[in-house]
Amino acid sequence: MNDMRKIERDAKMAETKITARNVNVFYGETHAIRDVNVDIADKTVTAFIGPSGCGKSTFLRCINRMNDTIDICRVTGDIQLDGTDIYATSVDPVQLRAQVGMVFQKPNPFPKSIYDNVAYGPRIHGLARTKSDMDEIVERALRRGAIWDEVKDRLDQPGTGLSGGQQQRLCIARAVATEPEVLLMDEPCSALDPIATAQVEELIDELRQDYSVVIVTHSMQQAARVSQKTAFFHLGHLVEFNDTDEIFTNPKDPRTESYITGRIG
Amino acid sequence: MVLFAFLLLLGATFVAYALNRRAAISIRANGTQLHSLESFHGLFAALTVLVPVLVGILIWLVLEGTVVDWVMIRSLPEGTFDDLGSGASQLIVAEIKSIAGGRVFGTPEPWKTEAAERLVAYNRIADWVLVALVAVSAAMLLWFARRSVAAQFRARQSAERIVLGLMVFCAVAAIFVTIGIVFALTFETIKFFQVVPVTEFLFGTSWEPQIPIREDQVAAEGAFGAVPVFLGTIVISTVALFIAIPVGLMTAIYLNEFANRRIRSAVKPVLEILAGVPTVVYGFFAVLTVAPAIRSFAASIGVDVAPNTALAAGGVMGIMLIPFISSFADDALSAVPRSLRDGALALGATRGEMMVNVLFPAAIPGIVGGILLAVSRAIGETMIVVMAAGLIAKMTINPLDSVTAVTVQIVTLLIGDTSFDNPKTLSAFALGMMLFLVTLVINIFALRIVRKYREIYD
Ligand SMILES: Nc1ncnc2c1ncn2[C@@H]1O[C@H](COP(=O)(O)OP(=O)(O)O)[C@@H](O)[C@H]1O
Ligand SMILES: [Mg+2]
Repeated sequence: MNDMRKIERDAKMAETKITARNVNVFYGETHAIRDVNVDIADKTVTAFIGPSGCGKSTFLRCINRMNDTIDICRVTGDIQLDGTDIYATSVDPVQLRAQVGMVFQKPNPFPKSIYDNVAYGPRIHGLARTKSDMDEIVERALRRGAIWDEVKDRLDQPGTGLSGGQQQRLCIARAVATEPEVLLMDEPCSALDPIATAQVEELIDELRQDYSVVIVTHSMQQAARVSQKTAFFHLGHLVEFNDTDEIFTNPKDPRTESYITGRIG
Repeated sequence: MVLFAFLLLLGATFVAYALNRRAAISIRANGTQLHSLESFHGLFAALTVLVPVLVGILIWLVLEGTVVDWVMIRSLPEGTFDDLGSGASQLIVAEIKSIAGGRVFGTPEPWKTEAAERLVAYNRIADWVLVALVAVSAAMLLWFARRSVAAQFRARQSAERIVLGLMVFCAVAAIFVTIGIVFALTFETIKFFQVVPVTEFLFGTSWEPQIPIREDQVAAEGAFGAVPVFLGTIVISTVALFIAIPVGLMTAIYLNEFANRRIRSAVKPVLEILAGVPTVVYGFFAVLTVAPAIRSFAASIGVDVAPNTALAAGGVMGIMLIPFISSFADDALSAVPRSLRDGALALGATRGEMMVNVLFPAAIPGIVGGILLAVSRAIGETMIVVMAAGLIAKMTINPLDSVTAVTVQIVTLLIGDTSFDNPKTLSAFALGMMLFLVTLVINIFALRIVRKYREIYD
């Protein structure tokens, strides 16, 4: 209980990292996100929950402009990271994505060695000048990904040879290697078994120390376990956004209540 | 008549299907549980009739001509061929056959006309025998199939076994044809090497096979050193690949990653058309457009080049290979999972970096496979080089010179009056054998590389 209160306090103290105002997303004619406004705090885990197809992933992909890679996708509205409009013409999406890391639903290590997987981001962004710099970055990232001990003796082996849970932690390490400020995770545990899931959840909780973490999940228990803030999406609307225990114990909107009690799914 | 035999067989097949199906249905109607569905009983009967009889008819058709000829030859007056060589005997048989076919030249001797009439009669008899055999065997198989219908009969398994046998037969047939080709090639090649030493062929640097014309001149002055011929093929193929690989890969990368949908839908069909152009048309292009262009350009900068340069032939061959490589590479790139692209982009890679560092390595097996296939095609390509490359074998690696190619030599050696026992003709088989071996090695090499990369990237 003490713990819970401490987390709450942390969440309240944290400053806003991302502000979204009147965000709309269209896939061709499909209106996937409708007028979403949200403030995402720093050093906090924010969970997006909602029935599938409600636009959680779509909104998440607005934050690192991954939607730019989809031809038919159009984003309107205003999203700011530390007060800078990330859709401004002066912002390079390539640079933005180094600042806003992303972890996907299915672990997607590159068909390269474990070392090269982690070194890839730092390499393309020129973060290491020497080999030993790079070694250091890789080790730090793997430690933060809570996988260093498991792979330190086989850094030259292919990343694709790891187990699913290890692969996902490798992907998290790969994402944190570019020193991002925000970490987006789209259902990072849905392809993992319960033990691997528990490991990744523990890791997410640690990552909160350094990053603003946004996690999409279809599991309400997971949202309750790892997040301090929860946003409930429904049919493209952001229905309710509040402290996690508030959402789960005292939902304001009837749609939220139906969802968390299992009536909309 | 043969058509009639086939129709008969087809009819019997349908009858067998219907009969057995009906029989099976009536068993079921009596309330007995059937092991297999009725249609499988029908299918089993149809296959039982169709497959053996069809194979029989085909074998018959292959052998019929030989047997009938043999019978006809036996019926000729004693001693017809006594003083004649094998060539003259064959001529007589051919003449009789053409009379039988209604093509009479001049007035043939009466015994030839009689033989022709006999030949016609034998052929008619053979046809009737065929029809009768088909009818009898179809009826027997029909009866056999009909008798096997029973509640417990495993018609599905039996039908599947027959189909499986058919598939195995087809697969094996392809292999055997290949082996047959290799044997024929090897046989002729060995004959060639009995006349010309292997070492001269493999290491000789002078290729002048056209010189021995009369039989008593055999190889006296002809030179059969294949090195310059292969060198020509290598020069031309290298030029072609120098054009095709970069252009093809760039095309694939552009289409796959950078082109918008409109451009892609315009360029892809064009590439497919390019891939379908007959090589003889490329040959025209090389001879009429590219070669003169190269020549006049070279003249304008004061260089004198041959009218049929390796550059022209190789360049046009390269254009031919572009769609080949680009479509292979495009498929390989498209097969890389979307999640890998997203992973790289989400790390802040530009599209170019993502392409070079992630997509390309993951697609390497497919790309290498495509390139090696293109190499095989370049080496084996015939029409363009026949039209655009030279005939004289020269020891040169200068692409501005006129060179010849292996395929060109094979074609020219086998065109026109040839007899299959002089080294000039036989050398074509040796060249073909070499070509076959080289392509074989390349393909083995290709498979090796592909497998090695698979291990790394899976
Ligand atoms: N690439 C796409 N092209 C077209 N429509 C899409 C695409 N991605 C998502 N959508 C549509 O946008 C809506 C929201 O999808 P998504 O964000 O994936 O939902 P969630 O992640 O909440 O399950 C859905 O109706 C989906 O059909
Ligand atoms: Mg989703």
